[in-house]
Amino acid sequence: MKVIKVGMADLNVIKAPGILTTLGLGSCVGIALYDKHNKVAGLAHIMLPSSKEIQNNENKAKFADTGIDLLIEKMIIEGAKKDFLIAKIAGGAQMFSFNKDNSILKIGERNVQATKRKLSELNIKIISEDTGGNYGRTIELNAEDGSLLVKTIGHGVKII
Amino acid sequence: MDVNNLNDMMIDILGEIGNIGSGNAVTALANMLSKRVDMNVPQVKILEFNEVATLLGGEENLVVGIYLDLDEEIRGNIMFMLDIESAINLSNMLLNREDTVEKLDDMAISALSEVGNILASSYVNSLSALTGLKITVSVPSLAIDMAGAILSVPAIQFGYIADQVLFIETVFKEGDNTVKGNLFLLPDMNSFKKILSSLGVL
Repeated sequence: MKVIKVGMADLNVIKAPGILTTLGLGSCVGIALYDKHNKVAGLAHIMLPSSKEIQNNENKAKFADTGIDLLIEKMIIEGAKKDFLIAKIAGGAQMFSFNKDNSILKIGERNVQATKRKLSELNIKIISEDTGGNYGRTIELNAEDGSLLVKTIGHGVKII
Repeated sequence: MDVNNLNDMMIDILGEIGNIGSGNAVTALANMLSKRVDMNVPQVKILEFNEVATLLGGEENLVVGIYLDLDEEIRGNIMFMLDIESAINLSNMLLNREDTVEKLDDMAISALSEVGNILASSYVNSLSALTGLKITVSVPSLAIDMAGAILSVPAIQFGYIADQVLFIETVFKEGDNTVKGNLFLLPDMNSFKKILSSLGVL
């Protein structure tokens, strides 16, 4: 089966049969969108919550807000319908912990919140999620059925 | 200042800073172990986000990362990374244990954090002496996980200002080759500017 790797600050779309995967998600968030009627899957690997917070925002796939918009655009080109889209999200871990408050280290949590906000604005329902914690995740989105496989080191494997 | 606008001289100077800083760090490690520790010439690297995790054997490779925050006049962080076997070997050496310990227990984690602390402090002390800039180092935080997940932390810090990550990498190995690791110095872009101007380059 065709397997497409999605890197950090990148996104991609596939029509069944095929798998989209992103390896070693840490504080970034993997956003999986799926249209089961047309069997179109899309996966974004975002790094930051908002393109509006910073000046250098040319790479749309880097941010939750613009990344989701771009992902939907690309899925529609592949034959997906926006009204059919559902979402699954994973990642947003806090890999290192410190006593002092450090917004950079809480970035995982902020990425998850921004992703949820954006999806809710677009009326896309989040069916399931595996977010937070202090460990990395590898995810695989299957375009055949929209299942999202989440693999970790020492925290199990599950399908959400 | 932009990651893409660094000229060769700036890159050479950053490399030299890495050389002096990690030289001191590696000497400290050698003293701790009473063994020879070699290092390569530090490399100044500018990588796309996609390429970052291909360091250290790929995104899913199990590694130990020890992360320390830099603050005051230079901000950013220092990361000390080892593959899991090297981490186990190093902790066994530090604790004078037999090689039978196959997992990192609390003792090992604490010993490795302390190594991270000593390496980072010696690196930063020489950086501070060289530039006259005040730098403080946080307590170390350690994670055992996929390389991609650990490297996402410094990558995100660069994500705010650039589409690449700029860092100074030093690869070192203990004489018998049972411990290999990487030291990454990742100052933020403003700090690069400060470092270069403190040395009269900017």
